[in-house]
Amino acid sequence: MRGAGHWTFHYGMLALFTAFALFPLFWAFKVSVTPNDLLYSEGVRLWPSRVSFAHYGTVLRHSDFPLFFRNSVVVSTGTAVLSTLFAAAGGYAVSRFSFRGKLPIIGLLLVTQMFPLVMIVAPIFRLLAPLGLTNSLTGLIIVYTAFNVPFAVFLMGSFFDGIPKELEEAAMMDGASRFQALLQIILPLTLPGIAATLGFVFTAAWSELLFALMLNSSTAASTFPVGLLAFVSKFSVDFGQMMAAGIMALIPVCIFFFLIQRHLVQGLTAGAVKG
Amino acid sequence: MTALDLGAPAAPRLTLRRFALAAEPYLYCAPALILIAAIMLVPLVLGLSYAFRDLVLLDPASGDFIGFTHFVEVWQDDNFWNALRNTLVWTVVAVGLQFGLGLVLALLLNQPCPGRGIIQALVFLPWAVPSFLSGLNWAWMFNPVIGPLPYVFHWLGLTDRPENLLSDPAHALWGPIIAMVWWGIPFFAITLLAALQSIPKDIFEAAALDGAGAIERFRSITLPFLAPTMAITVLLRTVWIANSADLIVVMTHGGPADSTQILASYIFTQAFQRLDFGYASALAAVLLVLLLGYAMAIVLLRQTLLSRS
Amino acid sequence: MAAIGISGIEKNYGPIPVLRGIDLDIADGEFVVLVGPSGCGKSTLLRLIAGLEAIDRGELRIAGRRVNELAPKDRDLAMVFQSYALYPHMTVADNMSYALRLRRTPKDKVAAALAAASAKLGLERLTERKPRALSGGQRQRVAMGRAIVRHPQAFLFDEPLSNLDARLREQMRFEIRKLHRDLGATSVYVTHDQIEAMTMADRIVAMNEGVIQQVGTPAELYDTPANLFVAGFIGSPAMNVLQGEVVAGEGGTTVRIGGAVLASVSPGTRPGPVTLGVRPERIALTAPGDGATATVELVEPTGLATIVHLDLGGQPVKTFTTERLSLKAGEPVGLRLEAGGLSLFAPETGERLVAAKA
Repeated sequence: MRGAGHWTFHYGMLALFTAFALFPLFWAFKVSVTPNDLLYSEGVRLWPSRVSFAHYGTVLRHSDFPLFFRNSVVVSTGTAVLSTLFAAAGGYAVSRFSFRGKLPIIGLLLVTQMFPLVMIVAPIFRLLAPLGLTNSLTGLIIVYTAFNVPFAVFLMGSFFDGIPKELEEAAMMDGASRFQALLQIILPLTLPGIAATLGFVFTAAWSELLFALMLNSSTAASTFPVGLLAFVSKFSVDFGQMMAAGIMALIPVCIFFFLIQRHLVQGLTAGAVKG
Repeated sequence: MTALDLGAPAAPRLTLRRFALAAEPYLYCAPALILIAAIMLVPLVLGLSYAFRDLVLLDPASGDFIGFTHFVEVWQDDNFWNALRNTLVWTVVAVGLQFGLGLVLALLLNQPCPGRGIIQALVFLPWAVPSFLSGLNWAWMFNPVIGPLPYVFHWLGLTDRPENLLSDPAHALWGPIIAMVWWGIPFFAITLLAALQSIPKDIFEAAALDGAGAIERFRSITLPFLAPTMAITVLLRTVWIANSADLIVVMTHGGPADSTQILASYIFTQAFQRLDFGYASALAAVLLVLLLGYAMAIVLLRQTLLSRS
Repeated sequence: MAAIGISGIEKNYGPIPVLRGIDLDIADGEFVVLVGPSGCGKSTLLRLIAGLEAIDRGELRIAGRRVNELAPKDRDLAMVFQSYALYPHMTVADNMSYALRLRRTPKDKVAAALAAASAKLGLERLTERKPRALSGGQRQRVAMGRAIVRHPQAFLFDEPLSNLDARLREQMRFEIRKLHRDLGATSVYVTHDQIEAMTMADRIVAMNEGVIQQVGTPAELYDTPANLFVAGFIGSPAMNVLQGEVVAGEGGTTVRIGGAVLASVSPGTRPGPVTLGVRPERIALTAPGDGATATVELVEPTGLATIVHLDLGGQPVKTFTTERLSLKAGEPVGLRLEAGGLSLFAPETGERLVAAKA
């Protein structure tokens, strides 16, 4: 079997990767608990001599951050749910049927992943403004869903591929319509896939900056990425507060991701990601 | 038993059922397709049309159709060529590093070992961080005022004094690259790990019995199996990275002296700082064409390789 | 129970024809086996009957009623799949009662039907288990239970025993046949295993390349195969296929191989080259010089019988006998054909010629 040298190397490499992955997060946390007066004098120490959670307090109580946070939760959840719904339907079609439009549709979905999004910001703005969907969370949900559906379709399609077609056929012989079979037999079996897709889309929507910035100029409808940039102004950068806000914003996504990442790997393997 | 009515044969529902059967897949795809058409395709066409017009926001005199004028401007624009060069460097290096390191990580995680589960979860965490936040975070780490990295570089002998990597035009591009690589390794690692785990184990055992060493097994079994996944993944990520403006804009605004300006961020500044949507759309059209060309080249390459083997 | 009528059915997958015009009438209560090699179209035909695929041309009638346009759920057929296709997230009881629950059958009727089916298949103690906790044979039974609970018009079986080991397969063959006797159910059974076909069918439908080659009782297909395909496919060990000629002479018309006379045939048989089919068990080994002469190549004792591989003028011949022989490789030996053991086929088409008499 493998010798001690091999395992030392193995764990050593993993340690390096883990350190690389976690260090920036640790640093942000460190700055967020450094009181303002020590920030510049002790800036580069590994841990401040005095720890203070004052920044968190300021962010929570004296800024619009809680509002932004709440908006982000609404938008990300809405996008995740809607995208997964549309993607389940589309992914099912791609997995189960062979039809003439299939290849063009898949091609279309691939091509949409290649747009420079900057290019369609203005036209989307001009499309949504008359409908009252700018400065609105609903508008963001619609736009984000459109952006995420293609990848989500591939994800869900690959999860459906891992479930034998005979199951629907057995259900249809038993007296179910295809749609009933999908709801009662297939979907319960793809719960890990659904969870993974929800998590993926949630994370993507949570992180989106460009459109949140461009489609919206009111504080009431800002999401947290926009709010975070507000901490960066021309005159001073409030690092402590900014880091505190960043850390807080990361918590839901990190938890979510922590929980679903194993399903992601499993699900992609089960469906045998097709090249 | 179900009693059957043995009366006249069923009325010809030929057209209806056949039509319903044929339409079924399209019905399932409809919600997704309609949304994508409305939010992405229509604006795309609109956006392309701006490239042929003189469109400066808030300038009421603009809006005329000017044909290919913008494209000529693009050709003559030094900033464009600079941005194009930077885009190439940015994309190739960032994707290369993400892929290479992601592959190493996937190989490491593919081996069962105590603690693997928690290590895997921790090491994938950067993916959950919004990319622009990754940019901001690394920017602070490069900043000698509150970040440790300038001191590390100085200690390693790379610089004379602790200074901000991002203020040095010759090397500033490395800043965003590192931030992007930090953020992107998990994606490659997850995808490659899934692909690795779908390789049947007995092939490796057979090879080991045949006397193949670790490197040889990697070369002749792992790589060919991974190749299809790798191709699509690399393609998608390359395009995505070439297109991603937010990390760079937030981290360096394209500076100093446009040394970190890539096409995507250049388009952004033209559109939203100079408000020249016409020119920005022309730039975007060029970028789109370049990316489509790249994608088709990859697809053709893959077809050729597949038909050869 | 219902009769199934198939007329002129065609099916293409894109440009590839899979079924080229199938006509078949299955009587009420009959157990029909569709048998043939991979790709012959038997599974496709089954799926067309089930409604899982659409018929391109032709008509399908169940109990006299045209059902081409009916969805599978409206055809009142039950299907047992090769992979059983049990619902993994449901218990055995839920799996079996799913169809009844879909129709909103009252709970007491569901319970009664469930109890009856479970008893018939020996599943009483397994009803609360999930499929993954069952063995292959048990899953197979649950799949059948799911089918019989519904009292459908007909049963469709798609190679249900392929995933079982040999001993289990034998046992399940017996059980399926017994069930068929008890229920009197019209059944269409698809398999590539000709032994299953021979032991289970009331009638066998041999298919190849999208066309029915022969329909008949197992005995008919065995004794009087309609063409070379059926001759070679049915029966194990396989029928010997040899090239010879029909020679008309003074003593009558005979069929010969390499000049040696094997049998007499009716005088009307057209002289010329002919393909012969002889079952291994219909060849008697005699002393050299008595009948045609062949050389022993290999002797295979299988316990039950002995298979002797011979060389007859360059053509390989297998014989099958339950006698114990003491032959050695290289020995010359005489061949005689038993009465009625010869089939003649046209060499160009493989079609059966008038049955020969010996």
